Amino acid sequence: MGLTHQSSGKGALREDYLNYNVKGDYVIALAGNPNTGKSTVFNALTGLKQHTGNWPGKTVVQALGNYKHGQKQITLVDLPGTYSLLANSPEEQVARDFICFAEPDATVVVVDATCLERNLNLALQVLEITPKSIICLNLMDEARRKKIKIDVPALANKLGVPVIPTAARNGEGLTLLKDTINLVAAGAIELNPKRLVYDAKLEAAILELAGELDSLLPPQINRRWIALRLIDGDYTVVDGIRKFLEKKLVKEDFAS
Amino acid sequence: MDATHGNSNLVSLCVGQRGVVTSLAAEGIGRRRMLDLGLVPGTIVESVRRSPAGDPTAYIIRGTVIALRSEESSKIFVNPL
Repeated sequence: MGLTHQSSGKGALREDYLNYNVKGDYVIALAGNPNTGKSTVFNALTGLKQHTGNWPGKTVVQALGNYKHGQKQITLVDLPGTYSLLANSPEEQVARDFICFAEPDATVVVVDATCLERNLNLALQVLEITPKSIICLNLMDEARRKKIKIDVPALANKLGVPVIPTAARNGEGLTLLKDTINLVAAGAIELNPKRLVYDAKLEAAILELAGELDSLLPPQINRRWIALRLIDGDYTVVDGIRKFLEKKLVKEDFAS
Repeated sequence: MDATHGNSNLVSLCVGQRGVVTSLAAEGIGRRRMLDLGLVPGTIVESVRRSPAGDPTAYIIRGTVIALRSEESSKIFVNPL
């Protein structure tokens, strides 16, 4: 058998991601803009020395690490750095499909404290997909140096998910981050993520489409978000669903 | 100048000049990309450098220098400051 698109393409990587779910107690996704110190956070948490260059494909392959905290074995998945989950580059698609379909127990969004405005775009997009999110406000040392003051409780309140200030390169805030990851993954923190409300016409369309999708999708998939993507005319999401469902069917076949 | 968008587009900004984004004429993925870069109405954009060939041009958008081809920047409408 020769190499096929399915065995060698991007899909092959995604399959690996999904298979990884069986290991450890919790699977945690790490998302964030490029150059927010995402890989530094990854290395600080796992004790690994992952190469911090990022270009499509490379980060994806070497993106898994394990650590133990509070009696739990945690598998951390370092997703490719992106500004968005919607603009259809291969990296963005990998990150999006993982957060949406691989059902991580929590998603940590690493944001650059010195450049919050730019970073919160991605954070909101992640919150729109999954409520089980934590904002890791990284590069706090750099922000202090630049005399940027951030009202962390107010930010957490607005976003409705935990916001943990860190400076990963000095180890600052990492214990609290690990504690929070365990709590969110265990469902021990009440989360109330900021929900973006669109205009009435769009909301009506979302409601209608989400209703149609209800019987087609497994319960854990976010219907509202899928409906939004379909309205957006983003057909790559259909591809993602199909791959996910095929995977499920194969698993069930083996089980019976 | 586009009648529905009025004003001028980003291409017409001289180097060193700044403008406030008023609207985008792009659609679909291109539009999404612009929004993700922070090009929403009210954003201040400064033209900082033009390549020798005249295209692309570098702009400061929300603290980051981003180069845009006239293909994209002609779809971004601004009020020059």
